Amino acid sequence: MHFGPHLLLAALEGLVTSAVLALTALGLSLVFGVMRVVNVAHGEFFMLGAVLAWAISTAIPGHPTVGFLAALVIAPLIVGAIALVAERLVLRRLNYNPEATIVATIGMLYIIQQLALSFYGPEARPVEPPFSYRILLPWFGYSGYKLSIIAASALLLVLTWLVLTHTKIGLIMRATQYDSETAQAFGIPVDRVYAGVFALGAMLAAIAAVLIVPISQAHYLMGQDPLLLSFIVVIIGGLGSLRGTVVAAVLIGLSDGIISVFFSPTLAKIIATMLVAMVLVFRPQGLFGQASR
Amino acid sequence: MTDKNGFFDLSKSTLSRRTALKGLAAGAGLTLAPGFVRYSQAQSSAPIKIGFQSHRTGIGAAYGRWYEKTSAAAVKAINDAGGINGRPVELVIEDDGTDPGRGAEVVGKFATQHKTDIVFGTLFSHVVIGSAPAAGENKIPYFVVSEGHHVASTKLNRYVFQPGITDVKSQIQSMAPWIAANAGKKVTQIFPDFAFGYDHRDYLPPALKAQGAEVIAQIAIPPTESSFTKYFPQIPAETEVIYHVMVGPAVLTFVKELGEFYGSNRPQLFGFIDSLEATDINSPGLEFLDGSHFWEGSPRYAQANDSAAQKAYRAAVGIDDNGAAVGDPKDVSTAAHMFGCWETLYVVKKAMEDAGYKGPEDRAKLVEATEALTEFAEGPEHPQGPKTFNGKIHQCFGIQNISKVEGGRLNVVHKTKIEDGLYEAEGDYTTQAL
Repeated sequence: MHFGPHLLLAALEGLVTSAVLALTALGLSLVFGVMRVVNVAHGEFFMLGAVLAWAISTAIPGHPTVGFLAALVIAPLIVGAIALVAERLVLRRLNYNPEATIVATIGMLYIIQQLALSFYGPEARPVEPPFSYRILLPWFGYSGYKLSIIAASALLLVLTWLVLTHTKIGLIMRATQYDSETAQAFGIPVDRVYAGVFALGAMLAAIAAVLIVPISQAHYLMGQDPLLLSFIVVIIGGLGSLRGTVVAAVLIGLSDGIISVFFSPTLAKIIATMLVAMVLVFRPQGLFGQASR
Repeated sequence: MTDKNGFFDLSKSTLSRRTALKGLAAGAGLTLAPGFVRYSQAQSSAPIKIGFQSHRTGIGAAYGRWYEKTSAAAVKAINDAGGINGRPVELVIEDDGTDPGRGAEVVGKFATQHKTDIVFGTLFSHVVIGSAPAAGENKIPYFVVSEGHHVASTKLNRYVFQPGITDVKSQIQSMAPWIAANAGKKVTQIFPDFAFGYDHRDYLPPALKAQGAEVIAQIAIPPTESSFTKYFPQIPAETEVIYHVMVGPAVLTFVKELGEFYGSNRPQLFGFIDSLEATDINSPGLEFLDGSHFWEGSPRYAQANDSAAQKAYRAAVGIDDNGAAVGDPKDVSTAAHMFGCWETLYVVKKAMEDAGYKGPEDRAKLVEATEALTEFAEGPEHPQGPKTFNGKIHQCFGIQNISKVEGGRLNVVHKTKIEDGLYEAEGDYTTQAL
């Protein structure tokens, strides 16, 4: 294959990775930004989203589009509810202590993963895409559904940004992020904001998973990679910065796509990890993060 | 990465002259003392404990579950027929997480804590390679059902056996003539970037070359990869056959993306069913595989000319004519591999009976008795087909099936002969001390 089409394919692949990564990492970043909680179980919420998408889409008969759309709505809601319960039962009882919550979320990671293994099983199960249009380029074919993931993710990111900047809920969230004690003094129910943000973060991961599951499969171990990549993205972009997260996700996704096509996937991972190290050395708050006050 | 568990430290299994002499002396002593019985437990009816190193969790979990089902069925059949040497057989199962480090720990646990008679049942090649030194150190026979060439390469140690399933080198060698004659001469290989994939990487090119075909590209894909489209541009345009041996949960994606990339205008496909074990061949996105060919150790779908033994085996394990669990058509088995558990347990039974095995003190005798085996006839104990066994390299040789995907099922179109897969031994385990 010639260089041009080759690069196009690499860029498309990279953008799909970026799109899913941006949504997942945004959830992680929001939770850290507002609550100062490092949620190690974030990848498991991603996995739950995919597993539930499989369950919902197989439970609903008829055209695959119906099942998929139902999964896109219901799966994140269920995952959000689970996150809410976890927040109430675990994180709040630890007073959101940073060290304790890391240990607690590691525990949650294992509990969720093993529950999925017990009730869902070890198989990788496919979900039918809502449509299977194959775009025929002169050099190669490409999945139309993959392109729609990029669009859907961009739409959701814009939506999240609008909510954060133009609504009262967003204002409350930003106020809590900026200074939770003062926010509380002004009558903002900080603990409810925390609960809401934790659920929202999990839901974003779940949505990303529902989007990706028709081109991947639901598997109980699928949460590990997104978690690692999300951490990389969030560290590079700056914890709690929406813009930084998106920029870093595109950067990591594209570089992963292009470097692994032209060189080797291992090199792509090496470079991403090195980038994290460089950022931590020269700009510990991340590219777009603000230095801690 | 550091080699903290010393998996690759071959010095552990090399022999000093002194140990070799000691072993020889001990062996000679044993043969010179017929009728010498150290323990009088002949009448013991305590169960024979078989430590089952199972991939219950981790990427091998789907295989692990079916390996357990098959082994449980075999143990039931053995016990119903009177057990081994009149003693019942009991499986002790430990999860290795499909992880080499934990695999070694599990072997140690079987040897020292559960005090099982043998260890059995491992599939994934990196777990076998990781666990083998622990089996050697604990001097506990380790019967794997792994398909990798590592046992037969004689790079492990004298306690490791693979008597129930053929190894990749032999599989490739016996199928290469068919590939070259029926699929195409220019082959591109796609394989996972770890031990099992390397067997394919190393043995396919010479095997094809001998048939006048060639491997024109080799694409290694990391085992954790979840998206494959980016690798496909590396497939040369003149490729006539894509030879794929992917494993792990992402293989469905692999096939689907290959379908999107090529559409209907694809090269021939030849794959190892490892890619799609425990996966319904009629899953959405797999239509692309229609007309392609697969290696199968034992056929997933019931075939018209199945032997009575094959039928009885399928009924005992509980799989229907489509290779799915009876009563749950969505629960597809790992039929191409799991027969190896059944057959291995019967080999263990035979070797224990030959050795007059009484307990862990007879483990060395069990090793020697297993090495003395040469042939397994097709029948209820070996439903996949007849096999020969090379005691020097601890590996069995048997027939392979090449199946074609047609009409939503896999039909066997070619069976190889045992002789097709024989190769020169690369070493001799029997020279190692026990």
